[in-house]
Amino acid sequence: MTVGVTASGPSLGFRLSEFSDRRFKYLVIAPAILIILLIGLFPLIYTLLVSVQNISMTEEDTSFHGAIQYLALLRDSRLWLALLHTLIIAAVALPAELILGMLMALLFLERLPGRQIFVALLVLPIMIAPVVAGATWRLLFDNRYGPINEIIGWFAGEPVTILWTINTHFVYPAILIAEIWQWTPFMFLLQLAAFMNIDQSLTESAQIDGASYWMIFRRIMLPAIWPVVAIAVLIRGLDLFRLFDVVWALTEGGPGTMTETISIYTYDQGFRQFDTSYTGAIAFLVIVLLSLVVVAALRRMEIDR
Amino acid sequence: MKADPAKWRGPRRRTWLLMARYAAAIALTILFLFPVYWLFMIAFKTPDEIFHSPPVWYPAQIQFANFAVLFKDRDAVTVGNSLFIAACSTLISMFLGTLCAYSLARFKTGGENLAVWIISQRMIPPIAVVFPLFLLYVWFGWVDTYFGMILLYTAFNLPYVIWMMRGYIEDVPIDLEQSALVDGCTRWQVLLRVVFPMVRTGLFATAVFSFVFAWNDFIFALVMTRSAVTTYPVQVTHYFGAQSNFWAKIAAMSMLGTLPVLLAVAALQKYLVRGISLGAVKG
Repeated sequence: MTVGVTASGPSLGFRLSEFSDRRFKYLVIAPAILIILLIGLFPLIYTLLVSVQNISMTEEDTSFHGAIQYLALLRDSRLWLALLHTLIIAAVALPAELILGMLMALLFLERLPGRQIFVALLVLPIMIAPVVAGATWRLLFDNRYGPINEIIGWFAGEPVTILWTINTHFVYPAILIAEIWQWTPFMFLLQLAAFMNIDQSLTESAQIDGASYWMIFRRIMLPAIWPVVAIAVLIRGLDLFRLFDVVWALTEGGPGTMTETISIYTYDQGFRQFDTSYTGAIAFLVIVLLSLVVVAALRRMEIDR
Repeated sequence: MKADPAKWRGPRRRTWLLMARYAAAIALTILFLFPVYWLFMIAFKTPDEIFHSPPVWYPAQIQFANFAVLFKDRDAVTVGNSLFIAACSTLISMFLGTLCAYSLARFKTGGENLAVWIISQRMIPPIAVVFPLFLLYVWFGWVDTYFGMILLYTAFNLPYVIWMMRGYIEDVPIDLEQSALVDGCTRWQVLLRVVFPMVRTGLFATAVFSFVFAWNDFIFALVMTRSAVTTYPVQVTHYFGAQSNFWAKIAAMSMLGTLPVLLAVAALQKYLVRGISLGAVKG
């Protein structure tokens, strides 16, 4: 590539620019940092502030109330259930996406004519808005006009009318299917890229030495993709912790509060109950929990780089 | 060339294995694309075909009445809102974010701590900040305004842009910049004439992903919009009524909102891996 640089000015310019760099480097980060602080740090401070007051739909009490909201958190079974729901969904979806994605990556790892087209098609779900994905699955799961019950009916030999988004036995499977459908391609794509980055001479020489496919997979391929798997799990784990859109489109947390995630519960407290101080306490709890995990994980990621 | 484990077991077995892998690949592709197919087909069906039991697998003929209704009822305006908000926030966050990334990459401003803090801002769950931000927006009168939405998505894309562009800029050989400086260029000239041309593919890919994030967001738009600047994902959920769902509208609106994104992704297959792994995997 040719770079058009006009040579003008004295060679002294190098030292001069080094001098002005000190101002330049702060000048260019300032606007970005200010915006991030406004949207990132302000909420943190504000949340902390209202969470020690007592503001709700009926109260407007801005005096200091200490930790009453935080004590209320401890007694709030709906909050802990919401946290539990979130963790259950994550505990099933994350390994499922990881393993399915890995199997798919192995399928496409070796030469397969037309591979690029398959991969391009398989990753489409990632880019669909999660709320649209949820809406799509709601149409697919419809008990009368949806194709899922129809297809199950073929195998069952009789018409089935499962109320996927209402029946207590089927809401979780419905949410998990939608979630796993959308994000398995993410795991697939990252793991495929990681597998393809493995040095071929390693696996080839192991093969010549008579190692079985399983041995090569366990001893060479798996350790090689491990850093990528760690990052993929981190990204997906954080996404699952804040799960909102898909569940909102499918069930809105129902039936009752059965599928309420921590995000949906917080939304409910803030924007339906207008419990300002209490929502502040929940939000602060979530920020603190997540920040600790994120910073620790990112530092490790940085070191590994 | 790739080592084939079946290489020493005869060509017949190899052909058979390839066929089996093909069958699996096709089955998987059908499985993963079926929901998208179904959504798009509903968008083209007549009401009789949509509400038919057993379901109709494809419309008898392609007709655009469902889309026409969206435009007639002015619902399609929400796609325009999404476009305007996502485009503006992408442009602003790309501009400010790339400058910031350059400072982080070349001068190590703030060291690793600042960089890690910036990307950690991206990972905080939206629900934890959206409530206090809503109160702030009410205070300033920014709820349901283009300005408010653009500022919001700019702020949320900035950490991503900075993190990604920092990676792309670090890949640029520093010698080129130094020789430009020796030749008397100012830092701004170096940015404009050396750095930006070198990272233009990274710029493009990062911009598309930022656009998609803003385009696909639901929770901020749900909270911060009322009617004036409603974005298309929020509009889709408005169709879910307690009694009946406006299926045709859901499908047609979803398709309007999904198609541009699918086209964008098709255009940057090469950068997909790096883009979605936050730069961790340079596939």
